Amino acid sequence: MKNEIVIEPKRGWVPVNFREIWKFRELFYFLAWRDVKVKYKQTALGVIWAILQPFLTMVVFSMLFGRFAGIPSDGVPYPIFVYIGLLPWQYFASVLGQSTNSVVSGGEMVSKIYFPRLIMPVSTAIAAILDFCIAAVILGLMMIYYDMSVSATIVLVPLLVLLTMMNAVGFGMWFSALNVRYRDIQYAIPFGIQIWMFVTPVIYPTSLFGERYAWLLALNPMGGVIEAFRPAVLGHMPIPWTALGISAAIGLLIFVSGVFYFRRVERYFADVI
Amino acid sequence: MSSPIIEIQGISKSYTIGKKEAYGSLRDEIMQTITAPFRRRAKGAITDADDTTIWALKDVSFEVQEGEVIGIIGRNGAGKSTLLKILSRITEPTSGRIVMHGRVASLLEVGTGFHPELTGRENIFLNGALLGMTRAEIKAKFDEIVAFSEIEKFLDTPVKRYSSGMYVRLAFAVAAHLEPEILIVDEVLAVGDVRFQRKCMEKMGDVSKAGRTVLFVSHSMPAITRLCQRALLLSEGGVLKDGPAHQVVNAYFHSDMGSTAIREWPDLNKSPGDDVVRLRKVSVLTEEGKVSDAIDIRHPITLEMRYDVLKPGVMLTPVFRLSNQEGIVLFTAIDIDPYWRKQPRPTGHYTTTVRIPGNLLSEGSISVLASISTISPTAKRLSEKDVVSFQIVDSMNGDSARGDWGGEILGVIRPMLNWATNKEE
Repeated sequence: MKNEIVIEPKRGWVPVNFREIWKFRELFYFLAWRDVKVKYKQTALGVIWAILQPFLTMVVFSMLFGRFAGIPSDGVPYPIFVYIGLLPWQYFASVLGQSTNSVVSGGEMVSKIYFPRLIMPVSTAIAAILDFCIAAVILGLMMIYYDMSVSATIVLVPLLVLLTMMNAVGFGMWFSALNVRYRDIQYAIPFGIQIWMFVTPVIYPTSLFGERYAWLLALNPMGGVIEAFRPAVLGHMPIPWTALGISAAIGLLIFVSGVFYFRRVERYFADVI
Repeated sequence: MSSPIIEIQGISKSYTIGKKEAYGSLRDEIMQTITAPFRRRAKGAITDADDTTIWALKDVSFEVQEGEVIGIIGRNGAGKSTLLKILSRITEPTSGRIVMHGRVASLLEVGTGFHPELTGRENIFLNGALLGMTRAEIKAKFDEIVAFSEIEKFLDTPVKRYSSGMYVRLAFAVAAHLEPEILIVDEVLAVGDVRFQRKCMEKMGDVSKAGRTVLFVSHSMPAITRLCQRALLLSEGGVLKDGPAHQVVNAYFHSDMGSTAIREWPDLNKSPGDDVVRLRKVSVLTEEGKVSDAIDIRHPITLEMRYDVLKPGVMLTPVFRLSNQEGIVLFTAIDIDPYWRKQPRPTGHYTTTVRIPGNLLSEGSISVLASISTISPTAKRLSEKDVVSFQIVDSMNGDSARGDWGGEILGVIRPMLNWATNKEE
């Protein structure tokens, strides 16, 4: 007979059911589309918020860290330097925040409808791409203003965005699953993201710390990505492949373990939520 | 017939209730992990004295043949919802095994996943995708869904502006057009107006006529006997009776458990309430003081609640709230007994009763919420929804408020009023 479904208690680690996720593939799109549609409803400024947030942050940081604190920026105008750092960082932070809350805020769906739960933390990464693209347009305008040219290595940017996505979703799966049982997570994350930004080379270059500590910053999966983002766009220095490699490896580890952890605990979501 | 479309083999589901569950904080968990080795050593002496495991389902087995329409009945807490949740894969059984053949759609609560800010059109697609439909399938069915839901004019209005009736109609329409091989329905027909309910019933009838399998949970016995050939009676997590629908419904009515008019909590620790007051028993009584879940429309009704006050010195206000089957609140009755109104209560057993006059409520099913509050400071000590329910029946003797009219009468109350007609000379 046609598609047989077996329901029984699962124990231990549960493999990802790719066939089923494929069957529900359009749900990624619909959930992302819902988030985009709903995001700026009933706001006066609408999608301008996607520009204002990184832009104003850039202005404030340029004054504080660029001008007054005199943080070096590898020979690049500080506003450009910090804005390129903020682009992937804010994408990461926004996906991580939404992803963490995705399962709990979709609690009603979890307790009433069956669908692959993994779609919830993952789909948040798709919706936020739009904001990222809009904010990237501003970077283009800024580079025209500063009369800077784009490096050929910009072709690497999609890969770096993919790595950012992987990092955000990887942590997102861990935290969204943990958040179902421990609501502490939802309080810890916004605060944690703030701290995290300061240990990531967003407002300062890794070179500030010298060779000795570069590897330490690369252990942060977002560290290598952001450090590679700037040379990929500007070509003002070689791409730090080692740091990027370390960050990507750690990011991948978080992602894979996140998938497995999520699958392991999703069975009790409906009972606990 | 060929092999069954659903085979349920020894399904059990347990929940752990008590302090150490659900919303445990991370700190608790860390502390537990740290202290675990020490506790384990001490545990040998205690054994499982404070057993907080409850079995929502215990060793349930049955088979469903393709094309069967099965009704599942039982009191609140009998395990019906848990069974449906397991069948629709929302929660996992603790033990046992189910094998199903074919696409399953469950209408556990229609409209879940609707986003209030999105329009009707957008929600059709979103909800369809959540239920496992592809965009192509939704597009193909779109017109049919819209026609069925009767919301054409409001298709591009955000659903937050919909009336609850429109909302439900749209939600049911999406789910009903999923065309699953197995349809699981939980009481969705309790909403919407009478005409739409009838339409939903017809749709479900069509689904079963098309050879699909339907599992239908309802408190409405007429709906069960009309739609289902076979019914299962669940009680305390087990299958009590399985057979032709009318026989099972009969058994339900004639068993003590069938009475929805009384609810008791023999175990104080499991009864609703807190450290101040705990509810022990709620019942619906006739004039003669007999428990009854069917009351003549002309006769007064007494609602009774028994409760234990565990901490002295608190002023308590018992409250009953009555709703009809559409979920409309008919009224809320607050205890205004002057003696206890401003009197801190000593500990002890209490019984509070309130009398509802005859010729007030309409025919139909009435659900009661019982609660006990403290007024200053305002706090709800306990609140139990659907704690008891009863039917108001009209024997149609001609001396009720319906007079000689035999048809349907609208209105949530049906008072007996004084009429006078004078013919002018």
